[in-house]
Amino acid sequence: MKLKKMLSMVVSTVICATLLAGCGGNNAPASTTKAAEPAKTEAAAPATESGKKIKVGIINNDPNESGYRTANDKDLKATFCEANGFDASFAYSLKNDEQITAAQKFIQDEVDYLLLSAADTAGWDGVLKDAQAAGVKVILFDRTIDADPSLYEASIVSDMAKEGETAVEWLKGQNLPKYEIIHLQGVMGSAAQKGRSGALDATAKDLGWTIVTQQTAEWNAEKAQQIVQSAIDSNKSFNVIYAENDDMAKGAVAALDKANISHGVGKDVVVMGFDCNKWALEELLAKNWNYDGQCNPFQSSYIKDIIDKLEKGEAIGEKTIIMNEKGFDASTITQEDVDNYGI
Amino acid sequence: MSGKLDPKGGGSVFSRVLRNQIFIPFAALLLLALFNLIADPSFFAINLKMNSAGSYILSGNLISIIDNGSELAILAIGMTLVTASSKGQDISVGAAIAISGSVLLRVLCGNDTRPETIQAPIIVAFLVSAVAAMCFGAFNGVLVAYFRIQPMVATLILFTAGRSIAAWINNNELPIVPGEEFTYFGGYIPGCPLPTPFLIAILCFVLTWAMLKFTNIGLYSQSVGINEKTSRLNGLNPELIKLTTYIILGLCVAVTGLIKVSRLSTINYSVIAKDIEMDAILAVALGGNSLSGGKFNMAASILGAYVIQFLTTTLYKFDVQATALPAYKAVVVIVLVVMSAPVVREKISRLTKKIRSPKRTAENQA
Amino acid sequence: MQQGSLLELRGIYKSFPGVKALQNVDFTLREGEIHALMGENGAGKSTLIKVLTGVYVKDEGDIFIKGHDGAVQIRSPQEAQRVGISTVYQEITLCPNLSVAENIFIGRGKGAGVNWRTMNKKAGELLASLGIAVKPTQQLASCSIAVQQMIAIARAVDMECSVLILDEPTSSLDESEVAKLFALMRKLKARGVGIIFVTHFLDQVYEVCDRITVLRDGQLVGEYEIESLPRLQLVSKMLGKELDDMADIKNDMKTFDDDGGTPVYEAENLCSTEGIKPFNFHIRRGEVNGFTGLLGSGRSECVRAIYGADTVTSGTVRMDGKHVKITKPKDAMKNGIAYLPEDRKRDGIVGDLSVRENIILALQVKTGFFRPFSKAKQIAFAEEYIKLLDIKTASVNTPIKSLSGGNQQKVILARWLLTHPKYLILDEPTRGIDVGTKVDIQKLVLKLASEGMSITFISSETDEMLRTCSRLLVMRDRKLVGELVGDQLTQNTIMATIAGGDQNVG
Repeated sequence: MKLKKMLSMVVSTVICATLLAGCGGNNAPASTTKAAEPAKTEAAAPATESGKKIKVGIINNDPNESGYRTANDKDLKATFCEANGFDASFAYSLKNDEQITAAQKFIQDEVDYLLLSAADTAGWDGVLKDAQAAGVKVILFDRTIDADPSLYEASIVSDMAKEGETAVEWLKGQNLPKYEIIHLQGVMGSAAQKGRSGALDATAKDLGWTIVTQQTAEWNAEKAQQIVQSAIDSNKSFNVIYAENDDMAKGAVAALDKANISHGVGKDVVVMGFDCNKWALEELLAKNWNYDGQCNPFQSSYIKDIIDKLEKGEAIGEKTIIMNEKGFDASTITQEDVDNYGI
Repeated sequence: MSGKLDPKGGGSVFSRVLRNQIFIPFAALLLLALFNLIADPSFFAINLKMNSAGSYILSGNLISIIDNGSELAILAIGMTLVTASSKGQDISVGAAIAISGSVLLRVLCGNDTRPETIQAPIIVAFLVSAVAAMCFGAFNGVLVAYFRIQPMVATLILFTAGRSIAAWINNNELPIVPGEEFTYFGGYIPGCPLPTPFLIAILCFVLTWAMLKFTNIGLYSQSVGINEKTSRLNGLNPELIKLTTYIILGLCVAVTGLIKVSRLSTINYSVIAKDIEMDAILAVALGGNSLSGGKFNMAASILGAYVIQFLTTTLYKFDVQATALPAYKAVVVIVLVVMSAPVVREKISRLTKKIRSPKRTAENQA
Repeated sequence: MQQGSLLELRGIYKSFPGVKALQNVDFTLREGEIHALMGENGAGKSTLIKVLTGVYVKDEGDIFIKGHDGAVQIRSPQEAQRVGISTVYQEITLCPNLSVAENIFIGRGKGAGVNWRTMNKKAGELLASLGIAVKPTQQLASCSIAVQQMIAIARAVDMECSVLILDEPTSSLDESEVAKLFALMRKLKARGVGIIFVTHFLDQVYEVCDRITVLRDGQLVGEYEIESLPRLQLVSKMLGKELDDMADIKNDMKTFDDDGGTPVYEAENLCSTEGIKPFNFHIRRGEVNGFTGLLGSGRSECVRAIYGADTVTSGTVRMDGKHVKITKPKDAMKNGIAYLPEDRKRDGIVGDLSVRENIILALQVKTGFFRPFSKAKQIAFAEEYIKLLDIKTASVNTPIKSLSGGNQQKVILARWLLTHPKYLILDEPTRGIDVGTKVDIQKLVLKLASEGMSITFISSETDEMLRTCSRLLVMRDRKLVGELVGDQLTQNTIMATIAGGDQNVG
């Protein structure tokens, strides 16, 4: 009986492993797995003896998490390639402890730079001190952490609150005769949700806008569709959909279509989204939506800039660098914008 | 039907209704309906409106409920069978929906993420995705039936890896299916005022009814779930039966995947059908079915699924604070699940019997 | 309470949907006595005991216990334990995947911590004092049913109870084990413990008991001193009629003539993974034969090999002269073999399913996955056999687990009779069921055989085998050691064959 149990365990492990190998072996740029094994590392380029190349260890969240992350990962891989003189290794995990393990491994491997998008803000002091002791320079991107700024060289982040403010500012500029808003929130408590909700809440209060419905759809298109559907079913009057990401805006639009409510430029309902997915910008181009706010995933050029400066021994001005982020208006967007900024 | 042998016969219609499994989800539905009726009768309004495609459709909260609850109801069918036969639940259905939806998109869109026209007939794409989903169901089934791994542990593998596999199938792209036809499955067929997901669900219910009526899957899966040794001695093959139920669940997953993907013509691997496995399990539990396997009542599970959707829609309708939403849902769910627990049901029926018994003795004496 | 009584029940009522299980039942247990509780199937013995142990809550009536003022409320097994009532049930209710010691002490820990060494040591001492040869650390499932039963008793004994209920404790014990148990019971009796003893073995009642309470159809028939109630009277009180069924049976028996024709079933060198030696076996049309031997001699394993219930490793099988392959139960069923297993609870019933579904199960499987019976047909089948076998159930839709043991057994029997088998194997069909049903089953066996069915019958009670079988196959140490026919069929010859010529055995 014990033997049978053991056998079954072995076989299932093997099946599982084969399954994982199946995905890992694929040559698609961003396909990795997030299964049982902790923070899988993969060498993007063979290590060279010469030492000419700059060795970089990149710790990121799982690229499957969202379109944003996929674009972010693609961008990093494109910049830190061999052709640009880098020897980059990647580790992906959505869990802090696995990320820390990966960081320790990179320090052992004596990388020159450690690029980090931390899963959690806390718990990084120890490993960053190790890095400092080992002479590894740390650059944070996308997410900041609760650690002494002396422990890292720079931090390149998006300002979610600013994204929200840009969008609300745009909405204010539309001079609608009335403001009756359906507000679709992201996962409650996430940085993006807080920043994007905060701006709207404040302005709505100041200017007396009506929030018809304020509900979390947890970044989920289906839930957004149900929430808007519910508002329509209850005969609520509204003329703005403020969705905190593109997926939710898409779900909301699906509900509008079902109810034959027109939306887009010069139509009954103003549709706003965030993240600048390519397909979302195309909706803007088709004038089905009105506004899309960018959350810039392309940090690699900023990072490369800093590494270049550090290599040359130049000083870096501000430690925290906030990226430029745009907001696109359907009436002014061009095909070029879609190609350049769509993720 | 058993009236002749049941000495109490018609005298205890009330307590028999109470003891019936379907009573709890039904009562929950009535309670929710009553609450809405008191709070705002317009909840039940149904209108005939024109949609953007130019055909007349019914709309209203009730229509939204049967529309959005359909996926869950279809999943509950498979989940009920799996629970009955393998004494455990498949927690990978959400991930499996992502996979099957991803396969569907891959076949429909080919290598192009933004094709002008669909690259394969929808029926072919659906069949391919159904085969894929059934294969993954079979994978779970083999682990559970032949390797005797606990269902939750066995399906944990796909639960963890499924969404990555789904992303991999489409090279992590998010293809969009072109054309109107594909949106019919998650929307409306022109000229038909009822939402298609509900029609699909009805079709599934009819097929399930036929399956339970014209095959022995019900008897066999219950028998295996209750006593595997006895089942084997009576000529059943318990492993095969468990495997079959997992494959049936796979088919349910494929149908659900079709509806989900069709609703938006695209997919988001990380959030599509998120947490739906928990709702499907909850539907089975709300139907008063034991989660440790054995006897089941399919109609009660299906009704349970719609109760969950009724609750969700009600909460949306009343604009419950976003942060408080899960708490409200949890409270209602706890009450419902406790009410539908066999122990509690027995207590209730005993209590009502006690209240009624003096009356009955009086009747007997008269 | 009366002087000297330990436990008094007054006017107990209990009913279930459709069944009045207990009506106005009185019962008195004195200090230091062994009190037999007797009754037919569904007489209410099990219900009465479950009321006493808190499994069921009584509808009406009072329970008095020595040392407690006024009526005592027993609403759960824990409360029963607290007032000093311990029970060993008919069916083993221990945890098979825990160790022996854990089973003895489970649910009795006073603090949160468990000291494994102390627990195992205490369990070892207890088992040794009762003469049970088993290691405390052994997993329970690896013990034989007999030993498991002894452990259940050890557990109850160790709970320092004043009232010990033994519900069919001896049905899975062999004679020496029964003797040990009786010795233990007398010891406890001398200490002042009151023992309620439920059994179907009349001999045992007269061997150890002081008084007898008889129940019938949920009502009290009477309470008797053992000396004042002769055996025949006891049986007639239990059955509610004056008749000597034993005599009837003897008149019916054994009309079978071995005509030397082609056997219905014939096996050569049959062997399974369960450790029996390869054996040859055959049975002819209308024949009743049986496997006999001590507990664990391999009787059940032989018939399981015939039925394909265990993995068959070798042997050739012919049915009606034709070669057949029987590797799994379904093969056997297709060839017209039916098997009523020894362990009813584990292998026989599908507890949560209704009587109807339990009856039609085997025939349904035989008929095929895509050809289910209509509900009407199922009910017709079930009602036919409920009537034929006189199964006492509230309705065809009652879950089988709520039936009494004997009626459950009849349902399983009905299940197999419904398949109209050529060859019926009955492994301990009368274990743990009352006298009336036992006689019914024996009669039925002979009637079926006279209609041409071949039957293999296994029973721990030799006289039952003698009454029904025309040929006995004797097993010793997992080996077929003898075959008895005709005049050889006496108690003495059987004992002699079981014991064997070898002096080391026996």
